[in-house]
Amino acid sequence: MSLDDRVRPSSGPLPYALGAFGVALLLAGSYWGLFRAPRETFMGDVQRIMYIHVPTAWNAMLALTFAFGCALLSLWRGGWKWDARLEGALEVGVVLSALLCMQGSIWAKPTWGVWWDWDPRLTTTAVLVFAFAGILALRRLVDDPVRRATWSAVATIIAFVDVPIVYFSVKWWNSLHQLQSSPATVSSAFHLPLRVNAFGILFLMCGLIALRSRGAALRLRGELAPPPVSVVSPLGTAAALMALQAPAAEMTGQIRGGWEFVWAAYAVSAAILIGYSVSVHLRYRQERARQVREGTEAGA
Amino acid sequence: MVDSLPPAVETLGLGRRFGRRWALADVTLRVPRGVRVMVTGRNGSGKSTLLRVLATALRPDRGSARVAGHDVLTQRESVRRESALLGHSSGLYEALSALENLQVAARFLGTDEGPAALRERLGEYGLGARTEDPVSTFSAGMRKRLSLARTMMQPASVVFLDEPYGELDVEGFALVDGLLQRLRAEGRTVLMSTHLLERGRELCDDALALEQGRLVWTGKAADLPMPGAWSERQRGVA
Amino acid sequence: MSELMAAVRKDLLLQWRTRAQAVAVFVFGASALLLFSFASGPAAELLRSQAGGFLWLGLMLCSTLALADSFQSETEQHALEALLLLPASARALYYGKALANWLQLALLGVALVPMMVVLYDAGTTNVVALVGVILLGSAGLSAPGTLYAGMTAQTRARQTLLPLLLFPLVVPVLVSAVKATSLVLSGDPMGQAGGWASLLLAFDAIYWSLCGLLFPKVVEE
Repeated sequence: MSLDDRVRPSSGPLPYALGAFGVALLLAGSYWGLFRAPRETFMGDVQRIMYIHVPTAWNAMLALTFAFGCALLSLWRGGWKWDARLEGALEVGVVLSALLCMQGSIWAKPTWGVWWDWDPRLTTTAVLVFAFAGILALRRLVDDPVRRATWSAVATIIAFVDVPIVYFSVKWWNSLHQLQSSPATVSSAFHLPLRVNAFGILFLMCGLIALRSRGAALRLRGELAPPPVSVVSPLGTAAALMALQAPAAEMTGQIRGGWEFVWAAYAVSAAILIGYSVSVHLRYRQERARQVREGTEAGA
Repeated sequence: MVDSLPPAVETLGLGRRFGRRWALADVTLRVPRGVRVMVTGRNGSGKSTLLRVLATALRPDRGSARVAGHDVLTQRESVRRESALLGHSSGLYEALSALENLQVAARFLGTDEGPAALRERLGEYGLGARTEDPVSTFSAGMRKRLSLARTMMQPASVVFLDEPYGELDVEGFALVDGLLQRLRAEGRTVLMSTHLLERGRELCDDALALEQGRLVWTGKAADLPMPGAWSERQRGVA
Repeated sequence: MSELMAAVRKDLLLQWRTRAQAVAVFVFGASALLLFSFASGPAAELLRSQAGGFLWLGLMLCSTLALADSFQSETEQHALEALLLLPASARALYYGKALANWLQLALLGVALVPMMVVLYDAGTTNVVALVGVILLGSAGLSAPGTLYAGMTAQTRARQTLLPLLLFPLVVPVLVSAVKATSLVLSGDPMGQAGGWASLLLAFDAIYWSLCGLLFPKVVEE
């Protein structure tokens, strides 16, 4: 780790603005996907789950890729802001990946008749949930902030490099048994809710990562005592998150009806996203209150 | 006499924290070559931390330090080649014998000391009768002797000793005294942390005192005041 | 590198000295295999088809114990730190330990084979291929396992953290090794085992280099 003494948590309403914009997009996109998009001929109404499932998938991978970037920067360039962002990205990535598995499971039941169909992408995601949740557990169990930063960065790099290997091995493993797998092309009329939701989750995710990182930075500042002497060089850090373009993906589907599954998928997604957002916000306020109480704000 | 070599130890505003506590804070000192320095202070004052940071076992969080002219942060390998640390933990493999522990060290150091030479070395440290016994059967004092033997194998120009007299018996004390004389004769620099103030005053040239991680006194070892006077933060002439 | 040789010698010597613990780990693995057969039921056909899976599950469970043990002697008296200060290259120390662990895990795997043959009635005459798979698979467990063992040995909850971090990571090893082993046991009529072995080889190549690169960061304070 570096000798960067100062932890400078960001401030301002940007995360909330991003989150609000994201939610607005999500509402618009989901409304379109649920009520306005035409019923697909082969897949039926269950296919509407894709309008929330695919965007979640893109963004979960994006969050974990961002975590990988933060880990690299944290190890080789140093600086507490990258460690704080790593924590935010890891947590959001795990939440989105877990949500992805839940959505996938709800989609699989009416489609394949089982709660889990060992689809390579979903199976890889399940493994990722465990891998990265393990890194979050590691962060919990290490008290020294410098060690925590170094170790979780190392673990994130190792786990991320594994992602393609896991995917490839599971795909091959399953291909011997997989009877149905057919990428379907979707007409352009269907792309709008998908894109809108993708950006919706993207903005919401950016807001969540920013806010969660801010909370992590606050906690770090509390954990690290301020320098003992007043002669210190100020280090300016302005946190700006990059909004990356989401990569393209294909969709699969099958015949079967079942609006209850569609509602379940959207309800679960909304519950998790709302619940997680509220949790990040509450934990951030808690951290702020603690900082004010301990008087570290005054010294900043 | 102009000393053209860099000083043995040189620090500027050195600091090391453990979470919320600064174990070392703003330590600035300079130790010329060939000098024996006693490092003293109350329990928890940062003596071990200082020695460990200088030996590059710990990374500094603030300030800078140079040992034998090499920076402890950017030139760790060079510092490690030039220095040796006798720490609080023995650094030994409990499952291996005394001889085997020295053999492992010898291989990494690249010295060509064979078993016979190592046995002789163990004899010098009072372990001649126990060379083949696993360290797990050793008493604390014997472990200390073995650690000393191991530390002295290193061709270091700066030697850091953290409580070398701890756990040793009367003969052990004489052993360490003799070592200090030998190091002096070889022109090696020694930084030794100890609570045995009287012994330190006799054997060391200079002394420094730490209090809560800060340097509160430096000067000639013979002039070292009693512990009560340190908290007044006097600085003597180095 | 002479440092690597010194490290390997040190670790092999340590393993030899603590071989009683290795025997205990083997007994644990053997009892795990027994428990798997109780969990599955005595149907011979089922046991035979799952033999590869049980073998590797058993070996994976053993590996957490063996890997954690490998760092016990390094941390109890800060011996690893003392070596690093000599100076000794952290990378050489990693590879020495990883190689020694590989040997130990491979031996464990081979030792568990007779249990597998007896309990699940699953054997093969192609011993070379079986040993080959065990070698490749245990290498895949050893590389990241040694790194994580080195990391978790310095923490409080080391018992839980090591498997928690390691198991999701080595899913490809489990998948490939089980597939390859099952194919070897069933005679591999279509010669597919080679493909799985290549996947193992790729995993090993990637992780033996990556973990060696990252290990110094893990042990330096």
